[in-house]
Amino acid sequence: MNDWRPGAERALLERRARMLIGIRAFFSERGVLEVETPILSAAGATDPQLASFRLDTPDGPRWLHTSPEFPMKRLLAAGSGDIYQLCRVFRAGEAGVRHNPEFTLLEWYRQGFSVRQLMDELEALVQRLAAERLDGPTEHVSYRDAFLRHAGFDPLDADVTDCRAHATRLQLGFDGELDRDGWLDLILSLAVAPRFPPDRLTFLYDYPASQAALARIRPDDPRVAVRFELFWGELELANGFHELADAAEQRHRFEVDNARRRSEGLSEVAIDERLLAALAHGLPDCSGVALGVDRLFQRISGKTSIGEVMAFDWSRA
Amino acid sequence: MATYSTNEFKSGLKIMLDGDPYSIIENEFVKPGKGQAFNRVRMRNLKTGRVLEKTFKSGDTVEGADVVDTDMQYLYSDGEFWHFMVPDTFEQHAAGEAAVADAMKWLKEQDMCIVTLWNGVPLSVSPPNFVELKVTQCDPGLRGDTATGGTKPATVETGAVVKVPLFLNEGDTIRIDTRTGEYVSRA
Repeated sequence: MNDWRPGAERALLERRARMLIGIRAFFSERGVLEVETPILSAAGATDPQLASFRLDTPDGPRWLHTSPEFPMKRLLAAGSGDIYQLCRVFRAGEAGVRHNPEFTLLEWYRQGFSVRQLMDELEALVQRLAAERLDGPTEHVSYRDAFLRHAGFDPLDADVTDCRAHATRLQLGFDGELDRDGWLDLILSLAVAPRFPPDRLTFLYDYPASQAALARIRPDDPRVAVRFELFWGELELANGFHELADAAEQRHRFEVDNARRRSEGLSEVAIDERLLAALAHGLPDCSGVALGVDRLFQRISGKTSIGEVMAFDWSRA
Repeated sequence: MATYSTNEFKSGLKIMLDGDPYSIIENEFVKPGKGQAFNRVRMRNLKTGRVLEKTFKSGDTVEGADVVDTDMQYLYSDGEFWHFMVPDTFEQHAAGEAAVADAMKWLKEQDMCIVTLWNGVPLSVSPPNFVELKVTQCDPGLRGDTATGGTKPATVETGAVVKVPLFLNEGDTIRIDTRTGEYVSRA
């Protein structure tokens, strides 16, 4: 048995440690406070596309967090000011060359920032950590324009039948049935993102409103949400929002998620009432983003598999 | 037959798709952070040898293919079928021309092969990686010429034609790598 050995070489672990120091220095210079919040919580992520690990404890069920978003928003509502967190998060069933069920996330929130300002700050961070690996300027493209350019149709106008027809035309090798967002995800992953310039950063923004997650809907165009993602080549690195602050709307989205979980035969996840109470109290106007640190390091070090940039990946854990 | 979920897909797993058996070559998990998860799978059609790329929704299941590799001894060909035997049980199988395909030119009676059975019927035949065959026809050997590196065509007892060094003669037995079809050494 040889799998007691680490998957990453010693020199790589040193670089990884230096990157973490670089991240902390970046936020320290900007006056953003490092915080730590619970990994195990009494409420979890309701998003049907996220599978949380659930533990039974003497005090009832607890969920391993898929991101530290909810408690960080509670800190913001309590007056913490700008905050960041570097922590391990957990997503059941996600394993592959770009996924490990346990991974390191960097998440931060900036009060009074627009998503554009937050995108610029995220770009500055990645540039500082990885400048020598990046070649050429960063691209900014809306979800709609990216689909028009690389998939040949307007995703905001397309219904489920249109999306299925476009996926067939693009020959993505998929025969089953999906809902509209499922088709859009398929086309984004297999036809759009692979055409992003390989050694550059691409910001994809203005996601369809149906994929708002925890972002606000754009007041001047209700078809889209104030949400963005960062890609390096075709690899998705980060996801950011102009954070939804409306407690009633947030409760509605949680309930829609759980209804969808029931209809798909998935177990329901307890809604975070403490987050809703914090939103009702008042969340400062803010934007937030979460960055996959292992994937960023995968790109910086040029490794094909995420298991090569972690001491022990899922198969060795 | 068992069914397999996409998270059990790994290289070498045999599955059924549209009525044909496939062997999985590569399975890539594709998932946007906030979206639907897929598995992008490269697989080989075991009947045609063609490689195909398919996308599955993660968690979908497919039927396994009853495909097994069995060591068998090649017995003889009657011109229509090639006959093989499992040495332990003396169980015999007849493989048609499509299944024997490229292996045909390397098959020598008594040699051990891998016969891939699908639902108990031979689907393909893999010859041993190395075979030793007698040269039945070639130009006369150039005595002492072991260094120039020149080659000439030689026909071996199974009918295959192999490039061999100039010094070899008819009647010599040679060792051949069937994966590349190249001469390795004198046997």
